[in-house]
Amino acid sequence: MSFLFYAGGAVALISTLFVILQTNVVHALIYLVLSLLAVAVVFFSLGAPFVALLEAIVYAGAIMVLFLFVVMMLNLGQTTREQEKAWLPPRVWLIPVVLATVLLSGLLSSFPANSIEVTEVGVMEVSGLLFGPYVLAVELASFLLLAGLISAYHLAKSR
Amino acid sequence: MAWEVGSGLTISAILLVVIVTAAMLIWVERRLLGFWQDRLGPNRVGPFGLLQVVADMIKIFTKEDWIPPFADRFSFVLAPAIIMIVILMSFSVIPFAPGLGVVDSNVGVLFVLAMASLGAYSVMLGGLASDNKYALLGSLRAAAQMVSYEVFMGVSILGVVALAGSFNLREIVIAQEDGWYVIPQFIGFVIFLIAGIAESHRLPFDIPEAEQEICAGYHTEYSGMKFGMFFVGEYLGLVLISSLITVLFFGGWNGPEFLPPIVWFSAKAFFFIAFFILLRAAIPRPRYDQLMSYGWLFLLPLSLINLLVTGAVILLEN
Repeated sequence: MSFLFYAGGAVALISTLFVILQTNVVHALIYLVLSLLAVAVVFFSLGAPFVALLEAIVYAGAIMVLFLFVVMMLNLGQTTREQEKAWLPPRVWLIPVVLATVLLSGLLSSFPANSIEVTEVGVMEVSGLLFGPYVLAVELASFLLLAGLISAYHLAKSR
Repeated sequence: MAWEVGSGLTISAILLVVIVTAAMLIWVERRLLGFWQDRLGPNRVGPFGLLQVVADMIKIFTKEDWIPPFADRFSFVLAPAIIMIVILMSFSVIPFAPGLGVVDSNVGVLFVLAMASLGAYSVMLGGLASDNKYALLGSLRAAAQMVSYEVFMGVSILGVVALAGSFNLREIVIAQEDGWYVIPQFIGFVIFLIAGIAESHRLPFDIPEAEQEICAGYHTEYSGMKFGMFFVGEYLGLVLISSLITVLFFGGWNGPEFLPPIVWFSAKAFFFIAFFILLRAAIPRPRYDQLMSYGWLFLLPLSLINLLVTGAVILLEN
């Protein structure tokens, strides 16, 4: 399980890096999908298969499809790619790389030596918590979604 | 190595059988269509035309595999691979018979839904990378259709999940030993059937590739084996949907003792494959906006009501 965790984490990091570095928007989106799937693998390796699959269904399977849908409509061509290149010259990377190195080395030095302990949390346990102690949060989230739904209806209504 | 869930022998056998079945469906479909339309169908190559698939495969492998110079190479090559991978991955959670399957997952139903939602990328990237207006129109239609029908597909299964009390497909089959879920969940079954056709964009819902309007839709620019992967991917989707209907609503491998479980499973799955082919022969394609409004205005409320009533009945019985 800890191999799966590190492999998923590495794929997530590298593909996220490519999301930033890619100048082609569609390729960047494909890497973002890969990154979300890798995060799902990380969740799975930590003993949360339900959350892992929800991540795959909701983020990788639904939200990113809508992103790709918008990109398809925009018809972004060569000009956007050149603009992207102009926005990211090599000198921009200097300070972020130094800062990230400091952070990462701090993180690596404070790593726990023992391996990860995994307790699997099944669907029943998650549902029990969602409809038990956290029922208020679930209701609030559903209010938020309802507000989004109504405003989308208002915007899309034909006049 | 032995015949048990997840052994190397089982996995290879399932992979081989599934792919060969999907390829053979090319011949099965044309023969059945011929039968229902009162003509012969392919009957020249080998006995009953059985070797037609071999001839088709030789043709498709030796054709020029052309990538248009204006296409986006990376996405163009990736798109047909995605559809094959996600559908073959979905087969990993299908319980074919007791002790016959790839994994015994506690979240099998969700895994199938996740893979189905990732399948949308294949048609979208295929159309987008082709840089062709017909392909783009086709993939726009496909994306909207697949994202919409995914919703009803998920909600329609939840009744079965609630009755069985598990997301594990193997446990859902075992829970149906006393009675198939098609009886208490008939509405769920019908919605799942319709959504399944739309998900695998088969006729009558093959609007993304309607050849009379938009050439071949998202795979207009594809040739050779890349087209072949879209083609076989569609048949794989057909086998998957039929297997899922068998597992979720028709008791999977359950059946009278005189035949082994795997025979019952295959017979039920093949019945639905033939039913889908009959639908193709019998029903014309709806208009695109009709398909979308039918889904959102009729199927979604119906599946939600079905779920509510199922939940209420389960609560009352306890």
